[in-house]
Amino acid sequence: MEFLLDFGKILLLTFRDVLPIIILITCFQLFVLRQPFPHLRRVIVGVVYVIVGLALFLAGLDKALFPLGKIMATQLSNPAFIYGQDVPVDTVDWTAYGWIYLFAALIGFATTIAEPSLIAVAFKASEVSAGTIKQWGLRITVAFGVAIGISLGAFRIVTGTPLYIYIMAGYIVVVIQTIYAPKDIIALAYDSGGVTTSTVTVPLVAALGLGLSESVPGRNPALDGFGLIAFASLFPIITVMGYAQFTHWAAKRSKTIIKED
Amino acid sequence: MTLTKSRHAIFLFCSVILKKLQSAFTDLLPIILVIAFFQLVVLRQPLPHLGEIIFGGLLVVAGLSMFIQGLEMGLFPIGEAMAQSLAQKGSLFWLLIFAFALGFSTTVAEPALIAVAWEAAEIASNGNIIDPGEESLRSYALGLRLSVAFSVGLAILIGVLRILRGWPIHYLIIGGYVIIMLMTIVAPEEIVGIAYDAGGVTTSTVTVPLVAALGVGLASVIKGRNPLLDGFGLIAFASLLPMIFVMGYGMIIFK
Repeated sequence: MEFLLDFGKILLLTFRDVLPIIILITCFQLFVLRQPFPHLRRVIVGVVYVIVGLALFLAGLDKALFPLGKIMATQLSNPAFIYGQDVPVDTVDWTAYGWIYLFAALIGFATTIAEPSLIAVAFKASEVSAGTIKQWGLRITVAFGVAIGISLGAFRIVTGTPLYIYIMAGYIVVVIQTIYAPKDIIALAYDSGGVTTSTVTVPLVAALGLGLSESVPGRNPALDGFGLIAFASLFPIITVMGYAQFTHWAAKRSKTIIKED
Repeated sequence: MTLTKSRHAIFLFCSVILKKLQSAFTDLLPIILVIAFFQLVVLRQPLPHLGEIIFGGLLVVAGLSMFIQGLEMGLFPIGEAMAQSLAQKGSLFWLLIFAFALGFSTTVAEPALIAVAWEAAEIASNGNIIDPGEESLRSYALGLRLSVAFSVGLAILIGVLRILRGWPIHYLIIGGYVIIMLMTIVAPEEIVGIAYDAGGVTTSTVTVPLVAALGVGLASVIKGRNPLLDGFGLIAFASLLPMIFVMGYGMIIFK
């Protein structure tokens, strides 16, 4: 019973999120475009699927994944776990946080694979490129980027180095890559930075950032807890362009080898 | 005869659903493995409320497969149909209005953004940058939300204009990066982290497929545009511009 109430609440919230889009499109259809919508019934069924599916998805995450993931994030960043019991911790030793970096990387990778908006973009990209861009290839490349990003972000919180240095260095790498990367991947690579961080990744990553900045001595949650999401949106751009550069280079190389033979 | 036919139809229907469920399960498998590994091997603790977790996991699988089905039936066709009929209408004005309204309306009520704006208000108040008290916190958070929503609307508008005109995306994005870097130097430190994160939270699960379909749809309808080269990029603008606007907002308020 309680679950049904919770689910009803989530369903209503999801509907409220979708409502502005429905209103906007209806208004445009009625007053601006003034033409019947193609396959209206099928589209309406599809939108209902989206709303109910998203609500089920969120309700399930709330029940299964989020509580556990959040508890694990705090447990792993607990000084008692990291330095052993009853050791007073005054200075931070960044090498002691190995499990945290691994957890950050793996949870970043895993949640990105399950991210619905990335699935949507990968679907479109593979459709538009007539299958040259593989759905799973793109998703795994993006997930690798998020894994590196979150792990590095955790390292930053532990060491307390300023956020903007990492972000600026990342931007410079992106700019250099943009010059050399194959032109048709650039727009998609930029987009994959924005899609990685939504329903599944943000709550867990935020919990990790907050737990870590609360437990590492000398960190301020208000200042250091932020920024993990920025890492998760920057690094996929680098990995997607890097992967495209690599395949481009490999294809070129195999061509010249064939020619030499 | 009809019996075998209907039986065949049912069989087909079930196999389609099973396939969807199976692919959704594959999507979730990495999370299950990571959680299980850390819980059982690293932390060495049993899984609490196992029944509840399995039930929740089943909901997630069912929800994800329904969402993806709805994506193909609903969201993608809507985005493509809107792109097509707006391009056919040939009115730049209405196309840009639509682009702006889509970005603004989907962002302004976004729960993640509301949460971030409120956190930012609390930080600002703790740092004595704005007056403490419910009223000023509320107005600060609202101002932040409106500026982010406005910036996302503007971002989609610029992105659509780029597709129409065929401007190369990298000049715009790199230009944006340069602005962000310059602003980071002068902006108050308290706002920088929030601004960087604001870029990530603006693009929700429903907006992304719609915006992607709109961009790709526009690029395939307009002559001389390549869907892969020109169709993507709207989401990138929608994550870039909020950073600039939030830092700008911080600089104005904190002065």
